[in-house]
Amino acid sequence: MKELLDLFLTFCKIGGFTFGGGYAMLPIIQKEIVEKKRWATNDEVMDYYAISQCTPGVIAVNTATFIGYKRKGIIGSIFATFGIVFPSLIIITTIAMFFQHFQDYPIVQHALGGIRVAVAALITSTIIKMWKQSIKNWIGIILFSSSFILITFTNISPVIIIIFGGLLGAFINLNKKVDA
Amino acid sequence: MIYLLLLIEFFKIGLFAIGGGLATLPFLQELAEKYHWISSYDLINMIAISESTPGPIGINTATFVGYKTAGIIGSVLTTLGIVTPSIIIIIIIAHYYMKFSEEPIVRASLNGIRPTVIGLIAAAGFEVAKIALLNINQFIKTGVLLELLNYKAIVLFAILLYLIIKYKKHPILYIIASGIIGIILK
Repeated sequence: MKELLDLFLTFCKIGGFTFGGGYAMLPIIQKEIVEKKRWATNDEVMDYYAISQCTPGVIAVNTATFIGYKRKGIIGSIFATFGIVFPSLIIITTIAMFFQHFQDYPIVQHALGGIRVAVAALITSTIIKMWKQSIKNWIGIILFSSSFILITFTNISPVIIIIFGGLLGAFINLNKKVDA
Repeated sequence: MIYLLLLIEFFKIGLFAIGGGLATLPFLQELAEKYHWISSYDLINMIAISESTPGPIGINTATFVGYKTAGIIGSVLTTLGIVTPSIIIIIIIAHYYMKFSEEPIVRASLNGIRPTVIGLIAAAGFEVAKIALLNINQFIKTGVLLELLNYKAIVLFAILLYLIIKYKKHPILYIIASGIIGIILK
């Protein structure tokens, strides 16, 4: 029970401080899940994120469900999921009740302006960390650059890009017998 | 029965929207047109709020629509509806992932997927940095290149990045501090 409560509270913390899409929670996941609790490795988190991107549902929720399952099976996945959505329920219901035009308050705008800068800096440091760990050869550099370019400049779905990355990875790595 | 309908409709969104919170938006638009629970004006307002508050955007908008339509019970039901398919699908996939992730073919393809995903995350980071560090609207209006850069934000970004890499403090600390700095510096 203690471990389930820990799962719930940890994901509450993550849900309560994620500003932006699923990517925005990665720096907090890295700190809480990988470094502090050691519930998953960086590589595993990336795998979960990739799978979450390609399966139906909200990415942040899918990733939470995945980590919860790894930790404590089905019941763990339910606690982690409820953890990550709980702050949203409280915050959004409160705003819907009392602040009709929440996003128009100058103080909210200014705070968000600052928070966005922090999110950009945190993501940058997360990308540097992941790069150091997972990009080990020129194949990795090519896969990284092509996915960055395709997402930024075309409308190709991330799902297709991830599947291609996987196929290419399987083909090249198995042929070269490089198993990094 | 509005409660059951909310649960079913959001279950469907959770089941069919692939690619995260923003992928749910077309479904919500359809819902707004079909049931008139909310107007499209409400929806735009809800999306703006969902993007300005913590929590996954898809969950925030679901909670919002639920509350507007049927109060607190409604918000609980829409949230429950949208996450249930995730729980079921991810449990099945996680089961097989744990079983097969050490197989050579799975490892080889995951080795290709990881750099690809880092590229995706970098692209998302690039979009946030564009919004956070540049005054794109101002630049379009005036055409003055010097006005494109948000100097305050760029300096803050550089200082934060240095501190994050050097001191490795908790990300939440940087988020709160930057929110306060944003309010002070406007």
